Amino acid sequence: MATLTKTNRRDFLKIAGTTAGGLFIGFNWMSCDSPKMEVLSTEEVLANAKNFNAFLSIAPSGDIVIYSPNPELGQNIKTSFPMVVAEELDADWSKVRVLQANLDTDKFERQLTGGSGAMPHSWERLRKAGATAKYLLVAAAAKKWEVSADELNTSEGIIYHKASGKKIGYGEVANDAALLTAPDEIPLKDKKDFKIIGTPVKNVENGAIFTGEPLFGLDFYREGMLHAMIQRAPFGMKIKSIDDAAAKNVDGVKDVITFENSVAVVGTSTWPLMKAKKLLNVEYEPDGKVESSADHDEIFKDLLVNGKAEVKREDGNVNAAFKNAAQVVSAEYQCPFLSHSPMEPMNFFAHVQADKVELVGPTQTPERARSTAAEISGIAPENITVEITRLGGGFGRRLSADYVAEAVHVSKMMNAPVKLTWSREDDLTGGAYRPAVRYRFEAALDADGNMTGYKLRGVGMNAGNSTREHNFPAGAVDNLLIENVNYESSITTNAWRAPITNFLAYAEQSFLDEVALAAKKDPVDFRLELMEKAKANPVGGELQYNVDRMIGVTKVAAEKSNWGKNPNVKQGFSVYFSHRTYVAQVADIEMENGTPTLKKIHVITDCGMVVNPTGANHQVRGGVVDGMGHAMYGNLTFEGGLPTQTNFDKYRLIRMKEVPAVDTYYVDSGFDPTGLGEPCLPPTGGAIANAIFSATERRLRSQPFIDQKEFQDLNLGIKRA
Amino acid sequence: MALINLKINGKAHSVDVEEDTPLLWVLRDHLGLVGTKYSCGIAQCGACTVHRNGEAMFSCITPAASLTEDEITTIEGLSENGDHPVQKAWAEVDVAQCGYCQAGQIMNASAFLEKNPKPSMEEIDEAMNRNICRCGTYHKIREAVAMAANSK
Repeated sequence: MATLTKTNRRDFLKIAGTTAGGLFIGFNWMSCDSPKMEVLSTEEVLANAKNFNAFLSIAPSGDIVIYSPNPELGQNIKTSFPMVVAEELDADWSKVRVLQANLDTDKFERQLTGGSGAMPHSWERLRKAGATAKYLLVAAAAKKWEVSADELNTSEGIIYHKASGKKIGYGEVANDAALLTAPDEIPLKDKKDFKIIGTPVKNVENGAIFTGEPLFGLDFYREGMLHAMIQRAPFGMKIKSIDDAAAKNVDGVKDVITFENSVAVVGTSTWPLMKAKKLLNVEYEPDGKVESSADHDEIFKDLLVNGKAEVKREDGNVNAAFKNAAQVVSAEYQCPFLSHSPMEPMNFFAHVQADKVELVGPTQTPERARSTAAEISGIAPENITVEITRLGGGFGRRLSADYVAEAVHVSKMMNAPVKLTWSREDDLTGGAYRPAVRYRFEAALDADGNMTGYKLRGVGMNAGNSTREHNFPAGAVDNLLIENVNYESSITTNAWRAPITNFLAYAEQSFLDEVALAAKKDPVDFRLELMEKAKANPVGGELQYNVDRMIGVTKVAAEKSNWGKNPNVKQGFSVYFSHRTYVAQVADIEMENGTPTLKKIHVITDCGMVVNPTGANHQVRGGVVDGMGHAMYGNLTFEGGLPTQTNFDKYRLIRMKEVPAVDTYYVDSGFDPTGLGEPCLPPTGGAIANAIFSATERRLRSQPFIDQKEFQDLNLGIKRA
Repeated sequence: MALINLKINGKAHSVDVEEDTPLLWVLRDHLGLVGTKYSCGIAQCGACTVHRNGEAMFSCITPAASLTEDEITTIEGLSENGDHPVQKAWAEVDVAQCGYCQAGQIMNASAFLEKNPKPSMEEIDEAMNRNICRCGTYHKIREAVAMAANSK
């Protein structure tokens, strides 16, 4: 390929920097210390590459471009998806570079990030994309050499004919291969032959991340664009009057505009807008429920007793079970609203023109961004493009398109390209939170300590269904009643990493420990007895979780944590199934100088096959840190329709010194891979709360732990062992 | 508006901005150096960390006009080829999840290791406690700082 311009590595980095949203350095970034190392830019590769399918292009140089359709927010999909394609292709990973695909609903299905569902959805599709291209490359080589394709083997981007000793690179047959047609059925590799899947592969964007290249939505820049920031109304209120005179006087402010209960300041850079926003004098008046946290506490207590509940699941005869019980255990658990608080605040670029709209930015749901823009602009979706930037975290917040809508409104009204930026204060006060929920649990025990009845009633603030009625212990209890009450609050909510289960798992697993204590049974034995019962004779017919996998992680957790064997270590157990993945956790507390000290959390995960061990460890430990941080410290309270905590000085996120050791183990159950972005979070709060009880006999029934009266003189130390 | 002269990554820059403009916004909006991140704006999270004469500094609360006599280094200028020992360690340990906070983490870690080249793990925890990572990459950050210290 002598005709192609070659660039050295330093130039390559510069080229990478000028291409917004897309480029990454597709070779082992740090292994290329020599500036003499020559690589083609991705533009150069693509100019000559043949496209094989939605996921894959191969250039005559042998360079491979893999398109990753789903938004990357730290779940490492931009590395793990291409790994799967490259595996079946038998590619040389060092020749692979990855591009973020723009929204393309013709080429891709389920182009979104949510529900830990990308890998289970795409696993077969990705494998087929790689296997199909490999089939065609081999067929092209066979044709060229006039031999049967059966006689050829592939390895790391090279096709071999053993009998003749011939070999040829994928790039050299790519043009011919692209002219061939593949059959519908393509054989996939035996999992035991995997060479890339199951090995630790580094994040493909490390180079750009660690040198500060523009990657994120907030980094996006377009010549001539305007900046915008928005003042939003408190929940349940509407604008009564606006005095924008002082704001308009700030140097760098071009205009102040109003739409749908929002006031936007528009200007030429960010800082003047931050100042101008503070100078806006907007008066609000009630337009619905103007709520405070004290109101919510009253509403919870009232609805738990008097609310009209929807029955989500009913097995057996609950009334009889509780009437005949030798012992009844009951407890209530409550959690507050939480902000998602990704480190990159909400932002989006929109350019509404007469016949088209261009959107660029961080979104978990690019298709929703497009339909939102279509609705506001009146322009057909096919004339709206969405470029997906890297997301500086999401946690569910960027499933909503409210901030996309704002950018579109402002661009349309200003008739200009606009980048909307939320401040951190906007992010904490602008809504779409994890809903606050209160649960009441009741358990009936017979004289032998068997749980014969179980009742759960959940009341949520805009939580939808605050229960997971078919999850364990459903199926393990003869008489069971799960009920839900939803309160329609003016405070907006949406999915927050592991929706509902991020709190329900803690409450349930903590309550099951309370029941085990009343039954005078070991917490792990107590759960295993229930699981064995569900396995032998599932109540209500087929179980909606795989009880063998749940038993599996539970037993491995007991073994790996040395459960109950060391009297100096006080332990708390928790196990939960969510997002198709099974996770058991054990928290270890040791007494140090009379202070209970949280030292370690053991995590046992069954997510089927682990695609990328280094990425998996990230999700497991990150989920635990997230679960612990919010259980311990997270709290968003309201006064007059506004959050009390408006920035990280008051809204407390977990920090370096507050993180114990996290040991990770994976159970190989032989299943195809399932998602890991969410399922390791739910069990953590329960494991820690149960360990705290074990060490101190203090039962923490509400979050955040640090605000509970039981916690006030506890002085819990946190230290890595 | 005021003309402010700055020395950033060894180069002289002159910007015409409001006098109270924090360095962060001069870097991001006026100089196109977007590796330095905005997240809280009140010196709580460390995403905006740069070096002022080699010391870690929150650029979100420091007016650019107060820095005219100083040498400023941002993530873009930490090394010529992205090969500062801390950057190398970050890649080797594969620290990032979303990656948004990592430039600030790297700038804090590199300034810290200049002052304390052989820190204890407790000192690492103490120094890195001023930067928030919402994804929870703290275990890997700690490992990478220790690796960078040992590589020197």
